[in-house]
Amino acid sequence: MEVFVQQLINGVTLGSIYGLIAIGYTMVYGIIGMINFAHGDVFMVSAFIALIAFLTLVALGITAVPLALFLVVLIAMALTSLYGWAVERVAYRPLRRSFRLAPLISAIGMSIVLQNFVQIAQGARVKPLPPLIGGGYTLIESDTFVVRLSNVQILVVVTTIALMALFSWVIARTRLGRDMRACEQDLKMASLIGIDVDRTISLTFVIGAALAAVAGIMNLLYYGVIDFYIGFVAGVKAFTAAVLGGIGSLPGAMLGGLLIGLIETFWSAYFSIEYKDVAAFSILVIVLIFLPTGILGRPEIEKV
Amino acid sequence: MATAPDTRTASAPARAPLLSVRGVKTYYGNIVALRGVDLDVHEGEIVTLIGANGAGKSTLMMTIFGDPRAREGTVLFEGRDITRMPTNEIAKLHIAQAPEGRRIFGRMTVLENLQLGASIADPAFFAADLERVLTLFPRLKERLHQRGGTLSGGEQQMLAIGRALLARPRLLLLDEPSLGLAPLLVRQIFAAIRELNEREKLTVFLVEQNAFHALKLAHRGYVMVNGEITLSGSSRELLNRPEVRAAYLEGGRH
Ligand SMILES: Nc1ncnc2c1ncn2[C@@H]1O[C@H](COP(=O)(O)OP(=O)(O)OP(=O)(O)O)[C@@H](O)[C@H]1O
Ligand SMILES: [Mg+2]
Repeated sequence: MEVFVQQLINGVTLGSIYGLIAIGYTMVYGIIGMINFAHGDVFMVSAFIALIAFLTLVALGITAVPLALFLVVLIAMALTSLYGWAVERVAYRPLRRSFRLAPLISAIGMSIVLQNFVQIAQGARVKPLPPLIGGGYTLIESDTFVVRLSNVQILVVVTTIALMALFSWVIARTRLGRDMRACEQDLKMASLIGIDVDRTISLTFVIGAALAAVAGIMNLLYYGVIDFYIGFVAGVKAFTAAVLGGIGSLPGAMLGGLLIGLIETFWSAYFSIEYKDVAAFSILVIVLIFLPTGILGRPEIEKV
Repeated sequence: MATAPDTRTASAPARAPLLSVRGVKTYYGNIVALRGVDLDVHEGEIVTLIGANGAGKSTLMMTIFGDPRAREGTVLFEGRDITRMPTNEIAKLHIAQAPEGRRIFGRMTVLENLQLGASIADPAFFAADLERVLTLFPRLKERLHQRGGTLSGGEQQMLAIGRALLARPRLLLLDEPSLGLAPLLVRQIFAAIRELNEREKLTVFLVEQNAFHALKLAHRGYVMVNGEITLSGSSRELLNRPEVRAAYLEGGRH
């Protein structure tokens, strides 16, 4: 029982991070119908930006954790958004009228570029960040097991819920959100009514990258170590989450992220920690075979 | 091009045309779709373009919006060259289109579709414009919060026209508004177009296969065959031309 509760807490935390990344995959797929394979690496870049920002702030003498964290979030979101924007501008937009696989190949290329760039610039070794946010609560204490809810976990889950609420509101209620949904449904018609499609697509990448940036910071705070390869692993899992939830669906990405986080932690706890990454891949394969539209996805609507 | 008096009131307009298409050639890859089209639409007119399937009518409507772009020739709006302008910038000139296939945003509500139609319009007019469109098409009023994709074909056509009207168009392009509709609905929609033209001086460029109805409604018409304009003139002239009667009226649907 205690193990179960602890894994539930860990799984929800992990699922929050996956969910935030998954939104970026699903939004881009929704609007231009491609899988942005570089998205996981944008997440990785954000974790490095956050680490460098933290260390810089400490060197500058800004050590108050709330202030430092606030500044890091601002810096990482801004710079990561720039990466997201640049990836689209450089690698995808020129290929938009090309054959369907071209942007996908370009995306794989961008993924490799970002990984190698960080590997060369930052080295291949694991980078640690000293724990900034300590403490937490002991929820259950028995002779054999202690269930802990750490402050970092609270921060991760609360931030994720707040961001997802804000983001859902933007999509459902604002002019930008309406334009994005219009582009997602019919790019040609969207431009016929005067929507700047290029700008809307750019903003989609920017928003996706900004959410991935928050996920990158949380990943850094939660695990305390990062390397240039975390983007690939987290990217595959978040992508799986998006497919599981139904690619193109925003609630689906959030739900899928949560489920993948839970499955992974329970798998590690009850089966084998070595094979935890296999769990995500297996789910991806199973979902693609038996539930290709995902849990909340819709069957492809025929275009007129 | 001078226009002879027709059954309706319009006389030959002396001013420069609102829309002027000159020598436009459009290709899909290497396949030619428009082979040098010349055509004018004057302010306050209803002009129709008729022609058989695959003649290039929809291609011309979309070429006016730069998608696909004319490879040769020019498109002028109020004397201004818009041939190379981005599609969304052309829309901002208050040219609106209810395109072929209606292209309703199916997963958005009727209201959202109409709001999107007003994207380029001054928001100050929205409430009043919405009211007018809903008066014109009362069926939309009852369905404001229904998803566009769940509307019937006729209702979708009304929504497509309503969405275009909310852009406060100076020029309204309608691509086969009668397609797939019951005769009563066709008459309603055509009556609505006539009313907008007479009361608000709305300029309309109408593509139709339903040549009889279209020529009854329009002041002038053009006939397109295989990417070229083969005939033009006042609606009455065209209605009486034996070629038009043979090809588009007799035995054809109307
Ligand atoms: N996207 C496209 N790619 C290639 N060829 C196209 C494309 N769209 C249209 N065509 C071709 O261009 C020609 C003109 O098509 P268009 O749709 O303009 O005809 P239309 O007059 O509107 O016909 P209809 O009355 O059936 O709507 C046709 O031969 C058509 O096959
Ligand atoms: Mg057509």
